[in-house]
Amino acid sequence: MNRAALPPNPDPLLNQPITPELVKKHGLLPDEYERVKGHLGGEPTLTELGIFSVMWSEHCSYKNTRPLLKGFPTEKKGATANFGRVLVKAGEENAGIIDVGDGWAIAFKIESHNHPSAIEPFEGAATGVGGIIRDIFTMGARPVLLTNSLRFGELDSPATKRLLRGVVAGIAHYGNCVGVPTVAGDVYFDRSYEGNPLVNALCLGTLRHDQIRRGKATGLGNPVYYVGAATGRDGLGGAAFASKELSAESSSDRPAVQKGDPFMEKLLIEACLEMMAVPGLVVGIQDMGAAGLTCSTCETASRGGAGIEIELDRVPQREAGMNSYEIMLSESQERMLVIVQKGREREIEEVFAKWDLHAAHVGTVTDTGRMVVRQHGVLVADIPAPALTDDAPVYRREARRPAYLDQTSRWTPEGSGLADLDLAGARAALPRLLGHPTIASKKWIYRQYDHMVQHGTVVLPGSDAGVVRLRLGDSEKFIAISNDCNGRYCYLNPRRGALIAMVECLRNLVCAGATPLAMTDNLNFGNPYKPENFYQLKECVEGLAEACRFFDVPVVGGNVSLYNESPEGAIDPTPTVSIVGFIEKEAHITRQHAGAAGEALLLLGGAPDELGGSQFLGLVHGLKTGDAPRVDLAAEKRLQDLLLSQIRAGRVRAAHDLSEGGLLVALSEMLFGDRALGAEVDVAGLAAPRLDALLFGESQGRVLVAARQADAGALADAARAAGVPVDMLGAVTDGTVLSVATAKGALEWPVSGLRMAWEASIEVAMKRPGLA
Amino acid sequence: MNIAVLQFPGSNCDQDAFHLFATGLGLPTRFVWHKETRLGEADLVVVPGGFSYGDYLRCGAIARFSPVMGAVRDFAAKGGVILGICNGFQILCEAGLLPGALIRNSSLEYRCVSCDLAVEDAGPAFNTRTLGRRIRLPIGHGEGNFRIDDAGKERLEVNRQILLRYLDNPNGSMGSIAGIRNEEGNVFGMMPHPDRAFERFHPSQDGLAVARAVLSLRFPEILKKSA
Repeated sequence: MNRAALPPNPDPLLNQPITPELVKKHGLLPDEYERVKGHLGGEPTLTELGIFSVMWSEHCSYKNTRPLLKGFPTEKKGATANFGRVLVKAGEENAGIIDVGDGWAIAFKIESHNHPSAIEPFEGAATGVGGIIRDIFTMGARPVLLTNSLRFGELDSPATKRLLRGVVAGIAHYGNCVGVPTVAGDVYFDRSYEGNPLVNALCLGTLRHDQIRRGKATGLGNPVYYVGAATGRDGLGGAAFASKELSAESSSDRPAVQKGDPFMEKLLIEACLEMMAVPGLVVGIQDMGAAGLTCSTCETASRGGAGIEIELDRVPQREAGMNSYEIMLSESQERMLVIVQKGREREIEEVFAKWDLHAAHVGTVTDTGRMVVRQHGVLVADIPAPALTDDAPVYRREARRPAYLDQTSRWTPEGSGLADLDLAGARAALPRLLGHPTIASKKWIYRQYDHMVQHGTVVLPGSDAGVVRLRLGDSEKFIAISNDCNGRYCYLNPRRGALIAMVECLRNLVCAGATPLAMTDNLNFGNPYKPENFYQLKECVEGLAEACRFFDVPVVGGNVSLYNESPEGAIDPTPTVSIVGFIEKEAHITRQHAGAAGEALLLLGGAPDELGGSQFLGLVHGLKTGDAPRVDLAAEKRLQDLLLSQIRAGRVRAAHDLSEGGLLVALSEMLFGDRALGAEVDVAGLAAPRLDALLFGESQGRVLVAARQADAGALADAARAAGVPVDMLGAVTDGTVLSVATAKGALEWPVSGLRMAWEASIEVAMKRPGLA
Repeated sequence: MNIAVLQFPGSNCDQDAFHLFATGLGLPTRFVWHKETRLGEADLVVVPGGFSYGDYLRCGAIARFSPVMGAVRDFAAKGGVILGICNGFQILCEAGLLPGALIRNSSLEYRCVSCDLAVEDAGPAFNTRTLGRRIRLPIGHGEGNFRIDDAGKERLEVNRQILLRYLDNPNGSMGSIAGIRNEEGNVFGMMPHPDRAFERFHPSQDGLAVARAVLSLRFPEILKKSA
């Protein structure tokens, strides 16, 4: 089909010929450009080229990852008619939705804002939070909690401190103002993230099944509304080419990073939820995130099997003289597209007038299947909607195992002549590990986040998982949420590292007394065109998918962030996992802090015996090598089932999983609760070839449990019956000392000193001179 | 007993305040939208926390001009009881219903922590008899650093207008002041959140005692119910 040439654009800048250089600047390959022409039946206008370039970017199209993501299970096998059904699957909509019973559901999703945060940490992180909140309320859900997963370089450089300060302040600025509590998170500091921090933000919302909304444009003649903030030139150029070639020099220094307005978002949440509560008013709704007006119009049209026509003159604009290219590609924040029932225009306009927000009637649903855009009455884009969405290119990239794995995977402490720890070395290592920012208290961070607003936070930040009470109509339910991913393990063994991210996240939930329900993931990787990077991506995704199937934890949505590289190379592969767990009864909620002197301390899962990839190896020996710790899914499941059964039986006072820093770090952390407690344990009898691996190794599938003395025997019996290794280590004391008897002799630390190392680390690093 | 909770654009603890009174104390509670010019029947007006108007310009500086604030002023002038929490405290200061001002925390950072507070003997409703000597309430604010001129501070002390003081000052407030009342004794403002301390799983349930203490000014019998 040959198209008639579109009329000249009102803006002469948009009439320039499409040269191969222009195509390249838009990130399209020559053969992709040929496909564009094929879809259009001729040359695109510059506005159309811009539209294709953003919609076919990895961010919108998942063109390099879509085939991989198909391996994720999207349904829960063990779902019942009243619990666990996936109501909106991954990839269908802005966020997935899962049934939590009694007609209620939760929507949740994680999303990255890595590159904006690297350039402008405050606004980058803030708008990351804003974007993920919109993904949730666009589904009809009220946002009730936020979490975040952050990665930075080592906290010893001014650059990293600036990034951490900016990112945390940005998340706080946005989340605190919109009134959604930030209840959990995870933060790692590692050289591989130097210059390319990761900022992944998650939002979870609640809704009734009958409140689920979709981003679908249907119903010939239904009006299309634009609501929320006005469109400006911000966010341009992130996906496409620099705006200075398009517009006057005056705007050439406009940053590619958007600026958020959480107050506007708060109004938008309330207005949209109020509008959606009007029966039958809303046909479809979608937020304008990446690729703004472009993405929301073509995706809603494509999902609805319909077309959309819009007139840009009706779009609220922040500045005069914006052309169609700029309006279509702007990523201004806090905007939504709403399709309402024809004849009910007044109703939507009244709701938005109440909240003093724009509600502009910008277009109409058609039956042409095309996205048609006009400005000043002139046609500027006319594209089949599916060409931008379902028919976007898909690639299978080449994967090649990185050469470094040959060395790292064969490394053993014995083979490299690494001397085991003596007592003095062990004594020095523990406070050092506790003081490393990856392990140290994150209080400096989470006290800047409002984690209590909405008055439902049950377990505050600082335990294995955040626990929140959901108020659902007149009833209430409790959920737990945790994020996890150790990028170092994924670097050393991508598949296993991904399995560990998953099993550790599950373990954290089980330690909190929750049954894992469903997950969302954020795949942070390097440039997929490098086969070694793609190998990491592929292996990690396959690992996650395997664990998801094994544990019957479906993926209900997620995000892919590629090209995370600095001049030194790609980041450690970081497939961040966030899982939501369900707590049957309030009484099952379990924290990681030991409660009282006299409680018995038990180790479930056996003695740790590996060193590969550990924080200890990195911090004490300066080594990032070895294989990632072993994972035995069946053993992990036995452990988690047992722990949950014992929590439900009321035998567990506290539970804390072993992770970074191993046994002694976990044990110390159990003593860092509100009360001053000590502990006396004996690990001399444990079968352990090396003291360093026993005390600080990061073998998986281990949990420390505190139990009343009267329950300890029954708990241990239950473990043995379930085939879970169990060791009675000792007891919590009301003393001031952590004492550990080892095969090489006795170790002792004042708990206050350990606590100081753990609590002061980030606080001291981030202290600003002259401020209280 | 009728509780009215104001809602400004950007209020985000309006639900929390609602549930403190409606769920925590089981009292009839309703919202009043900021565009209203009348409060209707009310025995207590609660100005909740949040970021009214985004806290742009200054916290509370825009909200004081909302239509409903005229009615709130009249209500106060007639002796009506008002409780401002966090942003509500800031709004009441901006509106001139309470003395002083709240500026940025001395750390220049937002703080969300539980605070131990010393209860002051501040009149018939709010005192150590109704509340005990110490309570624990969470704070969540970036601008809770209370300031007032020396003469004003002197008046607060002499008139026993200080309700609560931080034991470990989290924001640099003058005299560790966490909450105050007006001279007449019917307008109360505090940075700590009683609306985050009433559920069984909250770090404390002292918010209930604070709510009762304020209500006891007009309804002394409410103290007996809890005892």
